[in-house]
Amino acid sequence: MLKRFNTVKQWLLSGLMAMLVGPVSAGTAPDQWQMNMYKGVTPVSQDIYWLHMVAIWVCAAIGLVVFGIMIYSLIYHRKSKGYKPASFHDNTRLEIIWSIIPFVILIGLAVPATHILARMEDSSEADITIKIVGHQWKWQYEYLDQGISYFSNLSTPYAQIHNQQEKNAWYLLEVDKPLVLPIHKKIRFLVTSNDVIHSWWVPELGIKRDAIPGFMHETWARIEQAGTYRGQCAELCGVNHAFMPIVVEAVSDKAFKQWVAAQSNPTPEEPKIMTRNALMTLGKQKYEMLCSACHQADGTGIPPLYPALKGSSVAVGHPISRHIDLILDGVPGTAMQAYREQLTNEEIAAIVTYERNAWGNNTDEDIQPNDVAQARKELERPAIRVKQAHAGGLQ
Amino acid sequence: MNHTLAHKSAHDDHHDHGPHQYKGIIGFIKRWVFTTNHKDIGTLYLLLALFSFFLAGAMALLIRVELFQPGHRLVDPNLFNQLTTMHGFLMLFGVVMPAFTGMANWQIPMMIGAPDMALPRLNNWSFWILPFAFGLLLSTMFHDGGGPNFGWTMYAPLSTRYAPPSTDFMIFAIHMLGISSIMGSINIIATILNLRAPGMTMMKMPMFVWTWLVTAFLLLVIMPVLAGTVTMMLTDRHFGTSFFEAAGGGDPVLFQHLFWFFGHPEVYVLILPAFGVISEVIPTFSRKPLFGYHFMVYATICIALLSFIVWVHHMFTTGVPLGAELFFMYTTMLISVPTGVKVFNWVSTMFRGAMTFETPMLFAVAFVFLFTIGGFTGIMLALVPADFQYQDTYFVVGHFHYVLVPGVVFALFSGAYYWLPKWTGHMYNETMGRWHFWLSVISVNITFFPMHFLGLAGMPRRIPDYALQFTNFNVVVTVGAFIFGFSQLLFLGNLIYTIRKGKKVDAQVWEGATTLEWTLSSPPPYHSFTTPPTIL
Amino acid sequence: MIKKRARNIPLLLTGMAVAMFAFGFALVPIYNSLCKNLGINGKVELKSVAFDASKATVEYDREILVEFVATNNSGVPWAFYPKKPKLKVHPGEIARLAFYAENKTNHRMTVQAIPSITPGIAAKYLKKTECFCFEQQTLEGHEGMNMPLLFHLDTDLPKHIKTITLAYTLFDVTERVTH
Repeated sequence: MLKRFNTVKQWLLSGLMAMLVGPVSAGTAPDQWQMNMYKGVTPVSQDIYWLHMVAIWVCAAIGLVVFGIMIYSLIYHRKSKGYKPASFHDNTRLEIIWSIIPFVILIGLAVPATHILARMEDSSEADITIKIVGHQWKWQYEYLDQGISYFSNLSTPYAQIHNQQEKNAWYLLEVDKPLVLPIHKKIRFLVTSNDVIHSWWVPELGIKRDAIPGFMHETWARIEQAGTYRGQCAELCGVNHAFMPIVVEAVSDKAFKQWVAAQSNPTPEEPKIMTRNALMTLGKQKYEMLCSACHQADGTGIPPLYPALKGSSVAVGHPISRHIDLILDGVPGTAMQAYREQLTNEEIAAIVTYERNAWGNNTDEDIQPNDVAQARKELERPAIRVKQAHAGGLQ
Repeated sequence: MNHTLAHKSAHDDHHDHGPHQYKGIIGFIKRWVFTTNHKDIGTLYLLLALFSFFLAGAMALLIRVELFQPGHRLVDPNLFNQLTTMHGFLMLFGVVMPAFTGMANWQIPMMIGAPDMALPRLNNWSFWILPFAFGLLLSTMFHDGGGPNFGWTMYAPLSTRYAPPSTDFMIFAIHMLGISSIMGSINIIATILNLRAPGMTMMKMPMFVWTWLVTAFLLLVIMPVLAGTVTMMLTDRHFGTSFFEAAGGGDPVLFQHLFWFFGHPEVYVLILPAFGVISEVIPTFSRKPLFGYHFMVYATICIALLSFIVWVHHMFTTGVPLGAELFFMYTTMLISVPTGVKVFNWVSTMFRGAMTFETPMLFAVAFVFLFTIGGFTGIMLALVPADFQYQDTYFVVGHFHYVLVPGVVFALFSGAYYWLPKWTGHMYNETMGRWHFWLSVISVNITFFPMHFLGLAGMPRRIPDYALQFTNFNVVVTVGAFIFGFSQLLFLGNLIYTIRKGKKVDAQVWEGATTLEWTLSSPPPYHSFTTPPTIL
Repeated sequence: MIKKRARNIPLLLTGMAVAMFAFGFALVPIYNSLCKNLGINGKVELKSVAFDASKATVEYDREILVEFVATNNSGVPWAFYPKKPKLKVHPGEIARLAFYAENKTNHRMTVQAIPSITPGIAAKYLKKTECFCFEQQTLEGHEGMNMPLLFHLDTDLPKHIKTITLAYTLFDVTERVTH
């Protein structure tokens, strides 16, 4: 949806106007030439937008004066024009005046900024609380009062990233499971991280909060308009920092309640037998999206941190359960996470099959979802005993 | 305030024999490896900076190629992260700091009427650590596991627990760089405080000397803190400490506090010498004394002091409490007052002067315009609520590249063109200089202005691939970057031209120049001011 | 003709550099102390505070909602959750709660729970008498554990705070223990 401009003047004017005056409306396909901040759909985002515009106008005014004087000088105070140089070289009163005036202007900016900030940092009396955990490289959302928890992964296919397919409209800004939120409610977000520092940022909601491992921080939003709002991780967090977007679906309270109810009754995974072809296809797709960041698309890894899978004893040797367990449980003390909560039996079976047959590994083995289910059962059997922890401290 | 400074041609200078004339290739190496002469060492620093400039620039162009279009093009995300990290380190520690140190070495003794730096052998060591440090740093990209890939800001735990093995070598290289800077700063302070010619009081020193005095103190205070911080990274990685590890009771945000306590004054280390250069060039080409010398000195000191109490403005989104956010917002905004004073003083110097626009002046005037724009986006960034939308986006990348490229780098070019005739005794090619300037100033804006739009539109920084709506501006930025990059070859060409074919010049290269170095021949004697000059 | 005073300058400056190196390290306890005393950063002290029921003054007219949140770091394969997700407490009153943890692997593991409070300022006013976060906890494979938490809120807790979230992150420290 590109605007057409018949003259450069129209383009310049439009750009200037957009930058100085115009907000960008929420929910429409973003403009290729967007030059200004989103006005957004929360009271906070709109406050921020207002402050941003005031700052631009103040700076523009100061710039006009200072640059105006400079340009005048550059034109008229030239030796080539025969101008004779003056010899004045100080004026204390002037120095004091042009220290005080900017100081006063800054106070003029600081006062509204202070008020807006105080409002932004007040997360009290929220209607609903969402816990957000940043992972390498996906977001996990937990609705604390509703008992819902899931991961939200980038859903752009690997093939599009590697230019084998045409990129769709929301390339790199789409996920498999968006965060669904009700409008007109104060939503409190508790943000933390599973590993390194990430940052949860949705421009149209006016929220950015760093996710810091071991620490919990809160922020809030009240979304006043239904729609889809997209954001990205805003703190370098490793190889796939660019590939962990955020999608928020803001819906009416009624739709939200219906969605919550649907989450509590998931359709159970049916055990089935998959063909080699189906396993390899799904496996390749999942491997490329989730595993290739470290283990590389060709399975050679980046040793010593990320071991090679091509020719590795895990992927080629036995027992196969060792291979499955490594994916379910991860490897403590390394970047290899436990994927048991993030992947279904079908997905893990496909990945294991793919790893055991690709890149010349050629074990000719199929791993079925049921095999993974068995391994899970072994890992998820109830505790053999439950004890009381020593509490430390005083009794 | 530059009074007319006269130098009675000292008897000794005519007997100057130049550098020791060792024979052959061994002789050549001996001269340059063992030199204790401030002019030679200045040259070495400048050449290192020039080489690093092209290397780091090439990395930037690789980054821009990847960002030319969405989708994986040339470099995979891991290498991309290494390139952005190395580009940052190299530009700051390998280009700007050595370049200004080189200028300091050349200029400070001459400008204060001293024969050399106070500690000439220390001076030699300060330089020669650098090639080893940079060799080590660059080698990390070829180690197993790749080079540092967490940005030059090295946030923990990405840079500790989750970092590649080569990180330890990076830490070692940073220690070496720090030692070099600290030794250099001690040398500069001792020289300025002790070796001024009689009659040159502090308030008669040229602004370039003043800004370097303040910069040297800044470096002395902050580089050891950086050394401590990277040492803590090392012990967290290998010796079981938990400075930045929540599991052991530590705090990743502590790293950010420590790093930026160094990092913020560091950016003033980068800009203050640039201010010094501009304060030399503008008066010369306006044929008018610098306006408000005293206030320029006070403003420099003010900026340096304030730079220690603003660091949290890099951390507004990390969850610092409201009180801290407000305090650091106010101090950050405050620092724009003395900076503004400097800009007004430069404009007042030009006002009712009789300006000519040789290449040094072109770069200096562009500096005032474009650095000020960087300053405006800085004020916007200081406003905490707005910063929540700017932080870690291309808006910030645009801001700091404005103050660093048309800011610092243009000041470096201004100083280089200004003093090159003095250093070499030959005039550079003015036509080539103008082409270099105009290509640079136009392409610098094409490259970095659209970054503000990208940031406002939602593009985060440090990403090798982006959503489709950011494509068009990224194309523009890449094109600008290539024009800018290749235009710098004109500077290289001009350097070579100057040395081989440039017209010979005499002492007073520029009509309006009034500082001491212009009383010496061009090039100046190998040992100059062996007898102190008389300051009027 | 270098003056005597002048000879001291490089020495003085070197001393400054060394002092700043030490200062860098000193910033660590300074930071921790500031966090503790200003109650910023949400860092809760990992030390037990005695509670004297006889001397306690309870503010019955104030009710604070305390939420409990549990997170596993680095995908630690343990079950870890509070037995009750929230409690209403009066400042000054002792409150008791348990968390459940279960090692879902086949091998022994040791973990450390790290607390974090939001809003950060509340950290200063949360006093814990008993907490599983004071010590590392070790479980054999497929063992479970009830972990008690005994705390009270100081009556000085600022009036504008009505909800506090106490979050625990579980870190795997097996490697740190065995080395």
